[in-house]
Amino acid sequence: MDATDQKRLLREMLFARRFEERCAEAYQERQIGGFLHLYPGQEACAIGVLEKARPGHDYVITGYRDHIHAIKSGMDPKAAMAELYGKETGCSRGRGGSMHLFDPTCRFMGGYALVGGPFPLAAGFAKAIQMKGGDEIAICFLGDGANNQGTFHETMNMASLWQLPVLFVCENNLYGIGTAIERATVETSQYLRVAPYKIPASQCDGQDIDVVMSEAEKAVTHVREKRQPYFLELMTYRLRGHSMSDSGAYRSRDEVEQWARRDPISIYRARLEAANILAEEDFQKMDTDIQNEIENEIVRFAMESPEPRVEDLERYVYVDGGPKPWLK
Amino acid sequence: MAEMMYWQAILRAHDEEMARDPLVFAMGEDIGVAGGTYKATTGLFAKYGEQRVIDTPISENSYTGIGVGAAMLGCRPIVEIMSVNFAWLAMDQLMNNAAKVHYMSGGRIRCPFVMRVPGGTAHQLGAQHSARMEKVFMGISGLRVVTPSTPRDAYGLLKSAVRCDDPVVIIEHESMYNLKGEVPESEFFTPLEGCETVRPGTDLTIFAYNISVHWALEAAGRLSRELGIEAEVVDLRALKPLDRAGIAASVRRTHRALVVEEDEAPVGVGSEVIAILNEECFFDLDAAPVRVHARDVPIPYNRQLEKASIPNAGEVFAAARRILGK
Repeated sequence: MDATDQKRLLREMLFARRFEERCAEAYQERQIGGFLHLYPGQEACAIGVLEKARPGHDYVITGYRDHIHAIKSGMDPKAAMAELYGKETGCSRGRGGSMHLFDPTCRFMGGYALVGGPFPLAAGFAKAIQMKGGDEIAICFLGDGANNQGTFHETMNMASLWQLPVLFVCENNLYGIGTAIERATVETSQYLRVAPYKIPASQCDGQDIDVVMSEAEKAVTHVREKRQPYFLELMTYRLRGHSMSDSGAYRSRDEVEQWARRDPISIYRARLEAANILAEEDFQKMDTDIQNEIENEIVRFAMESPEPRVEDLERYVYVDGGPKPWLK
Repeated sequence: MAEMMYWQAILRAHDEEMARDPLVFAMGEDIGVAGGTYKATTGLFAKYGEQRVIDTPISENSYTGIGVGAAMLGCRPIVEIMSVNFAWLAMDQLMNNAAKVHYMSGGRIRCPFVMRVPGGTAHQLGAQHSARMEKVFMGISGLRVVTPSTPRDAYGLLKSAVRCDDPVVIIEHESMYNLKGEVPESEFFTPLEGCETVRPGTDLTIFAYNISVHWALEAAGRLSRELGIEAEVVDLRALKPLDRAGIAASVRRTHRALVVEEDEAPVGVGSEVIAILNEECFFDLDAAPVRVHARDVPIPYNRQLEKASIPNAGEVFAAARRILGK
């Protein structure tokens, strides 16, 4: 990877961080409603894995912490922010909200609020790919908490049984909402839990994007070439609460501080600076540019966009003008 | 016209749609090698292979979800749930994903998904194999729910459901797979919307669906023969969306209404139809509408108790007499 790409990656992670922080502000200003689950701390996971996949070609699905997966898949951040503001110009026309971003034009197949719900959908995308005969793969990003749902076991079994081209990426941030993994799960190493289903699996650091990319490349290649499932566990940590309404009472300040020292942006920035690819002032400029872009283009677009019309409330319950062969 | 059984009509619809479109596939428990519990997929495995006629593990929620995911990419899955009772296990994928994805994506993702479920009480199958879940499905925004009372509609509704871009639940009946009826030999499609008058009449309307259409027709025959009462029988057929205009139009002609459902009364088809009558044509009613429905119990095993828990033609006959004061 050359210096330009490395700087681009750092920028993408920093953009993700600032985007999410700006969402938190907008939430506090009550511009964004509902539940808001933010991604700071985990940026290297979505960005590193998708860097080694083919966004726009491969199908991506995730849970409710979905903003960055959507943007890295190719969604216009303006459409993402407008969705959070509930606007008609949002990626889901204001009907979805933070947890339900969608953009089929770049094959981002959505964020979903039921923990574990996307497992079978991802396998279903892989089934469709298998039937159509393309070289796409399905990529399913979920947290460690999802692995205690029945859909995890049921889907692993069928994905392996039917040799479906799906990559399961487990972002293990050590907590299912506010319950520590060891208090909810006997086997805390998630990649070991797919062994009975004979799915190849590995575990790696999720904070160092170079490590993530290296493992993701193997995982993506496996799925794409062998047309089989693979399970990749990334060890990560969210630096903010589960959602905006998190009390934080379930983990110590020490623990959060320790992980903050393994901030994926700091790790990568230090590496680029040490290699003389990036200077201190480059980073500051990058940060300023990003914050200006977010404020002047993205948030502004969201603020200035129109609300959906109440007259259209019942639109999209069913497909408008769908086939009615009985009328022929 | 050819006479065929309900299961044969379903099989024919599968076969025609699978032959036409390579993205149509079927999945469910025992549907492939074993040919399906009610034979509705017999022979398809040999003809279309294991990629398109898929024997699933007993994992209702996730194989439903796999069907939903495939539908979101343009496939046309027909998922069979062996018994409607097991659909409870698939409700998350059905109601949270299949029913909502089009709406919550602002119309950007379609889900042309079909679920077939044998419903109803059969013969002493006990409480966990005798569910009627129409009230559950018809309460879910985004789904279409249809239920065939004849082999003709079993064929035509499945044909239409496969072509439809919305998710469709088809409620069949465990006791009706061997029911015989005429099915046209040329291809046709039964509407997924609207109701059908299956017996015209002037004195009252009996609304029914699925197996209760047969109870209604039997009762209407007796009412005519024994009392000279001409009951109109309307097969609701599409439970979601319900045909408000069609329901009201019949009662504007007959001025009296009876709803027959195999399900328990609370929160059911009967209460919904009567609410529609109140809203649409209250002043056309000459008598208070009446429901004939199952008793509010988990269906018991004992044959006599089971029989007593669900309605029959005799109860429909008696209720019609009460409405007319005869």
